[in-house]
Amino acid sequence: MSSLTVTGVTKSFPSTGRGHAATRAVDDVTLHVPHGSFTTVLGPSGCGKTTLLRLIAGFLVPDSGSIAFGDTVVAGDGVRPMPPQTRRVGYVPQEGALFPHLDVAANIAFGLGREARESRGDDRVAEMLDLVELPADFRDRRPDELSGGQQQRVALARSLAPQPAVVLLDEPFSSLDAGLRGTTARAVRRALQASNTTGVLVTHDQNEALSLADEVAVMRAGRLVQSAPPSQVYLSPSDPQVAEFVGRAVVLPGTANAAHATCALGQVVLTEPTEGEVALMIRPEQVYVDLVHAEGVRGTVEEVSYYGHDCAVQVRLDDGTSVLSRMSGVLHPVAGDTVHLRVTGLVRAYRPAGSP
Amino acid sequence: MVIGPVELWQLLARPRIGELLRNTVTLAAACMAATAALGVALAVLVERTDLPARRLWHGLLVAPLAVPAFVNGYAWVSLDRSVHGFAGAFGVVTLSYYPLVYLPVVAMLRRLDPALEESAWSLGHSRARTLRTVVLPQLRPALLGGALLVGLHLLAEFGALSLLRFPTFTTAIYDQYGSTFNGAAATAMAGVLVVLCLFLLLAELRLRGDRRYARVGRGAARESVPLALGPWRWPLVATTGAVVLLAVGVPAFSLVRWLVIGTSTQFPLADLAQALVTTVLLALAGAVVTTLAAVPVVWLAVRHRGWASTLIERSSYVANALPGIVVGLALVVASLRLVPVVYQTATLLVAAYAILFLPRAVVTVRAGLEQAPVGLDDVAHSLGVGPLATARRVTLPLIAPSLGAGAALVFLAISTELTATLMLSPIGTSTLATEFWSASSELRYGAAAPYALLLVLVSIPATVLLMRTDSSTDRRGTP
Repeated sequence: MSSLTVTGVTKSFPSTGRGHAATRAVDDVTLHVPHGSFTTVLGPSGCGKTTLLRLIAGFLVPDSGSIAFGDTVVAGDGVRPMPPQTRRVGYVPQEGALFPHLDVAANIAFGLGREARESRGDDRVAEMLDLVELPADFRDRRPDELSGGQQQRVALARSLAPQPAVVLLDEPFSSLDAGLRGTTARAVRRALQASNTTGVLVTHDQNEALSLADEVAVMRAGRLVQSAPPSQVYLSPSDPQVAEFVGRAVVLPGTANAAHATCALGQVVLTEPTEGEVALMIRPEQVYVDLVHAEGVRGTVEEVSYYGHDCAVQVRLDDGTSVLSRMSGVLHPVAGDTVHLRVTGLVRAYRPAGSP
Repeated sequence: MVIGPVELWQLLARPRIGELLRNTVTLAAACMAATAALGVALAVLVERTDLPARRLWHGLLVAPLAVPAFVNGYAWVSLDRSVHGFAGAFGVVTLSYYPLVYLPVVAMLRRLDPALEESAWSLGHSRARTLRTVVLPQLRPALLGGALLVGLHLLAEFGALSLLRFPTFTTAIYDQYGSTFNGAAATAMAGVLVVLCLFLLLAELRLRGDRRYARVGRGAARESVPLALGPWRWPLVATTGAVVLLAVGVPAFSLVRWLVIGTSTQFPLADLAQALVTTVLLALAGAVVTTLAAVPVVWLAVRHRGWASTLIERSSYVANALPGIVVGLALVVASLRLVPVVYQTATLLVAAYAILFLPRAVVTVRAGLEQAPVGLDDVAHSLGVGPLATARRVTLPLIAPSLGAGAALVFLAISTELTATLMLSPIGTSTLATEFWSASSELRYGAAAPYALLLVLVSIPATVLLMRTDSSTDRRGTP
């Protein structure tokens, strides 16, 4: 087990047709995952996150830059790229990809030495099943007798059995239905924590990325645009596009004056002081809807989407600006109500591109 | 034997060629139309109505596939000498080949989402009108594909048409080759036959490219509510029964009758055993060679996609459209010119089998390799297993069943192959097909019967396999 360091890695694919330039799938990405921690790489489909994962695993070789597990450079910097079978990575692909001709025990023991396999790796298999929270009598089942979530757990157990340096998970939960996704993801996270394994998970699902990770790395068009703990990525995204990708956001123009700024929602407090014209990013949870007092900016409720645990309220301010608020579902307005809005908490301001 | 365009024209521009062309084309067109009509009607009857005992009918309607067409021809002509010429050939061949349309149409009907039909009813269309406007148009690819397959089989058919005395290109090539050994004339006719086959093959490929998936939505398809036949029920049962009687009953009766008559005089157990052993050995060799040849083709086509590998894979399909007689003739000519040593040896015969049946092995093995996605190799590598060990521990165990199935299909196809075997088998070699042929073409019907019976028995497993794969494509009940 070790840390993972990716330094300035770039990978292009040859153009697919005439007139198309070669696509830079991964463009100068630098990422450090400390030993025993868990990073999620978040990005829309086609942003290059799976390519990054396959570069780390060794299925692809970077054009430039280097990849190191701990102090060992496995690719780049004039080192002959290590083939995947000697890198000691655990790889969990999208559909789990259990070997359909082997039972659960043989799948888990697949990466162990010959002796361990012949004794069917009994201890290790039992240990791994326990780690991924599956009953011990699952060892004799065939992959097609398992549910999607169980298959993913076995796939993880298989990747962890040979004690890999790093475990790589390629959208492992995307094919599961919503209920299973949450519980399987939690179980996987616990298993990685219990074995103190360094992990990288690639996903396009914001909730998954934020809720599982020690650190979230956001990718866009091959570049890494932000790498930070989940709350920082959510509350202080590096630019408005990241803000809108990791959650709903109200972006309003405003004028900053040191620690404060003025916008359609009145005066707000900034995360860090700045001056001049700015774009303000406000999360819908920060927009407080006052149903009782006439304090704050007045507006009319246009639409209410009720989810039970909470509800989203679209409000048209008197000046015509449309603002989204998220509030508890216990007491909520109905369309046509007149309400007053206030911003709570700190607000992140962005200087327009090109300004100092 | 090199001939120029003038000689070629003289060989082809003869009244005899015109007659053969007319015979071949009219018979092919008539049989394609008849099998299409019969196949669709029976498929709709079995899959979409409340015909009693539908599963039983399904089994009976597929059964003619187990009777090679030349055995069927023998059964009819040996019962009634008046079955011959166009009418005889048309009737016998239609009864032999309609399952080639019936099976894909049944598979398609099972895959069709009944929600489409239900939508049409809810929009006020009657059951009959829905069948015509919603169901039939969607059957088109299966129907045309099946009919083209009938066409290709018909162009290659030698045994049945020869027994029924209806000359087409294939029978004429064989006669030419056998009687006068006039290589040039036979080769020229084979050229025309190949052109006809390629024409059908191109039509088939074009059709395959346009094919759309029948089901758009996900989830298991439900069984559609069967159409109530009402007063038509028993007349339709009688009609279906008549088809089964003609297609299965008559050949079975004829076979049993000749078996009884033939064995009452003599029962050549030793000859029979020898022919059976030779057939099995040849078929085993052919199956192994063909399956091994299919592996690299499939590997390239699935794992290294590109225009070159696609071309290699597709070119093997051309052989699918080549009649056994053409491949046989080509190998005779080529071996005499290039490697006379192999002429009339088992090696050449096995090579012919490999060329003829490679497409069947490719299709089966390909399906198997696609079950072993590259993702599994990636996982194995990440677990520290090198490429060779991955092939041994992952890929091979996964494709082994399909290799076995492919070899079995080829084995069965070779056991009942007649034309190429007649042309290429070494002198003195007797197989089931050649022994059957020498007896039945000399009108020794009783002597032919035991061979015919063995040929039918050998064909049964392939038929069952075909029925299974076609009905498993509906995936009913699996998520």
